[in-house]
Amino acid sequence: MNDETVTTGPTVTDGAPAASANLPMTKALNAGLRQAMLADPKVLLMGEDIGPLGGVFRVTEGLFAEFGDKRVLDTPLAESGIIGTAIGLAMRGFRPVCEIQFDGFVFPGFDQITSQLARMRNRHEGQLVMPVVIRIPYGGHIGSIEHHQESPEAYFAHTPGLRVVSPSNPHDAYWMMQEAIASDDPVIFFEPKSRYWPKGEVQFGESGSPLHASRVVRTGTDVTVVGHGAMVSVLLQAADIAQAEGISIEVVDLRSLSPIDYGPILASVEKTAHLVVAQEAHGFVSVGSEIAATVAEKAFYTLEAPVLRVSAFDTPFPPAAVETHFLPSPDRVLEAIDRALAY
Amino acid sequence: MAATPNDALPTVQLLSTEGVFRPNDAAAEFLPYLERLTEDDHRRFYRDMVVVRKFDTEAANLQRQGQLALWVPSHGQEAAQVGSAYATRPQDHVFPSYREHVVGMIRGLDPVDILRMLRGVTLGGWNPEDHGNFHLYTLVLASQTLHATGYAMGMQLDGSTATGNPETDQAVIVYYGDGASSQGDANEALVFAASYQTPQVFFLQNNHWAISVPVTRQSRTPLYLRAGGFGIPGIQVDGNDVLASYAVTAKSMDDARAGRGPALIEALTYRVGAHTTADDPTKYRDPDELARWVARDPIARFRTYLQGLGVEQEFLDSVDEEAADYASDVRRRALEIRAPERSIIFDNVYAEPHPLITEQKTWLERYEASFEGGQA
Repeated sequence: MNDETVTTGPTVTDGAPAASANLPMTKALNAGLRQAMLADPKVLLMGEDIGPLGGVFRVTEGLFAEFGDKRVLDTPLAESGIIGTAIGLAMRGFRPVCEIQFDGFVFPGFDQITSQLARMRNRHEGQLVMPVVIRIPYGGHIGSIEHHQESPEAYFAHTPGLRVVSPSNPHDAYWMMQEAIASDDPVIFFEPKSRYWPKGEVQFGESGSPLHASRVVRTGTDVTVVGHGAMVSVLLQAADIAQAEGISIEVVDLRSLSPIDYGPILASVEKTAHLVVAQEAHGFVSVGSEIAATVAEKAFYTLEAPVLRVSAFDTPFPPAAVETHFLPSPDRVLEAIDRALAY
Repeated sequence: MAATPNDALPTVQLLSTEGVFRPNDAAAEFLPYLERLTEDDHRRFYRDMVVVRKFDTEAANLQRQGQLALWVPSHGQEAAQVGSAYATRPQDHVFPSYREHVVGMIRGLDPVDILRMLRGVTLGGWNPEDHGNFHLYTLVLASQTLHATGYAMGMQLDGSTATGNPETDQAVIVYYGDGASSQGDANEALVFAASYQTPQVFFLQNNHWAISVPVTRQSRTPLYLRAGGFGIPGIQVDGNDVLASYAVTAKSMDDARAGRGPALIEALTYRVGAHTTADDPTKYRDPDELARWVARDPIARFRTYLQGLGVEQEFLDSVDEEAADYASDVRRRALEIRAPERSIIFDNVYAEPHPLITEQKTWLERYEASFEGGQA
């Protein structure tokens, strides 16, 4: 359905790996998958078009050639089938990494994810593990057609038994992919596709943060802004603009949506007393709503303004021609920052 | 009305409805599999069918007496289940739906473990690895067909099947029904099984009713014919004929273990009882249809056959006695099932620590301890 291609970046070669490389997220994810497959023969990839093609975003490029069709499985075009068989493979001791081609195509597999995968360990009273990773390219800003630009993470964060993460940059993508695969719990891995192509420095020596840690990515003193995935770069742009206006913004990259690591958020709010939560997802019953409620409860006496949310509107993702009006922009974040400071 | 067994149809039948050994034409290729059965096996088939029916009645009684939240009867489907279960080998894996009580028993499951789930003290009930590779009941229809297919793919990937050694080669059998056959998952499982040529048998018990909806609403074609559309063999068997159910499944499981790919078996049988104890089939089912199927009772048919072979009345009586003892033992032990600790709410949601769950578990402990006489 999509013919997006990526520019080829430097490849991490086996044998004498560099200490770091400047990679786009697609290549960082590819390197992370490759490392996980080298480290554990039970890791296998499955999904639509992930074999010789390397996936519609080329995240699995070269892995079929390197590992063969017993480690990289091109599946029939059926998402419930992919997830359901991955569950069976995990029961058998494998660690499947499933690619869902686009955010909007996860729903045919939703029942297997929420009714089966998420509960399988619980139903078995802890007698098995479900180390399944489901990779979902998500989010807007790519000008695509319906079902190709969505942010469905709240459905999964709402589901007990799942872990939900989303990297915002190539370094995190490389490490979080390996950590997600190493987890004995199912992990829904949201890849911000508008961040697939910008390059960033990947340090191969160490990750710097555990999988479920949130992290301050820019320090500031006046307002804390929190976001995940592609929103982090929007927040950093907003912080740059605000700085020119004399407002100091601290940016927290959420990284994990379930569980949420509140430590850095609360520490930041302790300093700034203002919080704005931003997300590409619909705002109603969202991860941002949850953070707003929790911080309001835990930092009630610290906050000098209500926690404000910046979200997409509670409408279907619109035709791409008007998506810039739909998605939170740096200006929309700044508008909320101004409102928070005006209290 | 779906096809019913007779000589004019390709439904594999070995025992006539009168209990006479009279294989029809469709049965010819399956006859060699009967040679594996000893007289003891025949007695065991009979014994298991009688015991599970008695157990089934006892479990329904327990539900009526408020001791179970629900019961799912298997009355009428004993031959399809016993015959197919005996066609599995110890190394095989079995993925049931939720009505395959005797299959579990044959695989080594204590049926009280089934009752634990229906009494509301567990969402599962047993560890498949310790109970004959009999996996947990799955309550969302057809979900397990995909788990079974994935498991069978795993057998291929780890080299546990199609090595040429029938003593160790593994295969999967998955149970589902005529209602579940309409689910997308059942069809996706057949697609995946055909694509990867999994070592797997789809054992479809067509009991003719999905709660109140007849099989004619699920399919306008005999269900076994659907297999051809997926590119796998489909076989229809008289599911009230325990010998035919055994022989057909034995062949398909042998083929699966030997690397000859998956197959679909449609076993024609009948849900004589209600869907569950919450159901009332008198509201939607023709009593004449029920009477016709009761007349084809699988246990009576096999008893007639055994009597024809000269099996003594003492044996038949002793089975009835054993079944009664079995059922009362189950009743006694079912009543001893105790509620689990509240900590099970939290303990196995995740394999690795999860701060929200830890926080909520701690909160509940403190909250309940705050009441007079509360548990610390």
